[in-house]
Amino acid sequence: MALRRPPTKAELRREQMLSLVTYPLDWLEERSGLVGGVRYFLFRKVPGDINWMQTLGSATLTAFIVQAVTGVILAMYYQPTPHDAYSSIQNITDHVTMGWLVRGMHKWGASVFIILMFLHMGRVFLFGAYKYPRELNWIVGVLLLLMGMMEGFTGYLLPWDQTAYWASVVGINLNGTAPFLGPWLAQFLRGGQEIGADTLSRFYSIHMLVLPGAIIGLITLHLYLVVRLGVTSPPWSKEAAGTERPAAPSTVRQGLISPAQGEPGGSE
Amino acid sequence: MEPSEHGPAPDESQLPSPTLWPAGFAVGIAVVLVGLIVDPAVISSIGAVIAIVFGFLWARQATAELRGRPVAVEPETRELRAAAAAQARPAPTSTRFPRSRFLEAATLGLGGVIGGLVTLPVAGFAVLPSFLGQKRHEVDLGLLTAFPEGKWFIATFMTDPAEGEVSRRTAFVRNNGVVGNVPSFTLISNRCVHLGCPTQANGPTGAILGEKNVVEHTANGEILLRPVVPAGFGCPCHGSQFDTEGNRTAGPAVRALDRYAFEIRDGRVILLSTFSVSHVDGTGAQAKIFKYKQAGPGEHIDGPEQWLYPLQPPHH
Repeated sequence: MALRRPPTKAELRREQMLSLVTYPLDWLEERSGLVGGVRYFLFRKVPGDINWMQTLGSATLTAFIVQAVTGVILAMYYQPTPHDAYSSIQNITDHVTMGWLVRGMHKWGASVFIILMFLHMGRVFLFGAYKYPRELNWIVGVLLLLMGMMEGFTGYLLPWDQTAYWASVVGINLNGTAPFLGPWLAQFLRGGQEIGADTLSRFYSIHMLVLPGAIIGLITLHLYLVVRLGVTSPPWSKEAAGTERPAAPSTVRQGLISPAQGEPGGSE
Repeated sequence: MEPSEHGPAPDESQLPSPTLWPAGFAVGIAVVLVGLIVDPAVISSIGAVIAIVFGFLWARQATAELRGRPVAVEPETRELRAAAAAQARPAPTSTRFPRSRFLEAATLGLGGVIGGLVTLPVAGFAVLPSFLGQKRHEVDLGLLTAFPEGKWFIATFMTDPAEGEVSRRTAFVRNNGVVGNVPSFTLISNRCVHLGCPTQANGPTGAILGEKNVVEHTANGEILLRPVVPAGFGCPCHGSQFDTEGNRTAGPAVRALDRYAFEIRDGRVILLSTFSVSHVDGTGAQAKIFKYKQAGPGEHIDGPEQWLYPLQPPHH
């Protein structure tokens, strides 16, 4: 780089500060492509006439992240045994610094998460965003809803108070009345014939390991499909469905459509 | 892979036909798992035989190509394709054992075997302990003489004091006197047969009756006996009502209240396992109890609906 005049001291310092920031990012980008990937994910093109309703998915994701983070911290203080569960909850609420806040966030956030999932689902339904080619993402979303509700069911037992205990008795027995496999499902959920220590630790394990793992995996798939298929316009959009949008990356559309068109009608 | 660059798309008829052997293998494994619960000796062996036979057939078919046996194909298509292949590219030097095919199959096969070896015990560990080796509890309710004839008590006790409060249960107890030489008791479990909430006695207890609670100390720890004069039993959750024999009189419950089997041992009342009851004719010592194997709350045990629950998990 040839400079016409020697840079001033201020310019040099600015250049140094800039490279201090960009060097690690460049280092990472050169070796992983992650910076470009994140930029693509965050700043990809979306239709110009989307509205606030289409932020409900991100809101749900945020609610899940809040649940995951507060849940991890609660797990540091909670004890899943019949003898200690309730007293450890009391300890979290009354004695651990800010415990009341984190437990409150987790408890109320659970309802927020479920409500946002339903609102997001309603938006997708009313906008017709579940239609071809996005049917699979609707199915993944339904699985996420089921997992979320199972999180609610298993989490409800953990405070181990009278409400928790009897609600779980009723909930498990409700499952038990399902035809054919119901009694087996109920006994599997209880970890035996009666609710006891095994039930509590089993619900805890399902609540904080099995289901969150599955939910994270499904969210990843959900987001992958959102990025791959693009965001839908609202139904009142002036742009006709199926027309090429100048703003949309044409490669994505072509990549989606060409394999189906390129398939030969018959062999040979 | 772009089809246009490498000639026509792969001919469907070249691929092995879809096979039913893996399905049979899966059925065999399922029968083994069911057999482990129901009857390990007979049903599991049948399942093992099914699994081995189908597994062998499956492996045989899957490796047919590797072992050099030609896959059944349409002859015309094969000739056309062979001719086309001969024209398009030089004849392959070795077609019987392409190393890449062998390595692909070995990777997938070994991965599958390792995955199965890890998954099977873990799945068994997750599922089987809920069903096998369930403990049978006996509860010592105390001396026979603590129960005056014709009087009801609400008895609360722990089925397993080592497990603590979570094993606390309640039974409604009445001494019906002696029939022949055998003492007769009505021993009704308070767990509602709708969804398992605790039913309550509809009637005055304790101070209203002017009677004192009785506390007995037995092998099961402290047993609390509260005198009561019940007109029946009612569930606070969804409103089922039962008469004093446990027959359903109202609400969503599907049968009569469960009862405890009992025996008198050295002058003491010992509660055994619970059993289910469809209904009871008559009362007290003259009651005719229609007994069934213990079923979960909300499950029908008689009538056409019983066919919805053909197989119950093992219960003590």
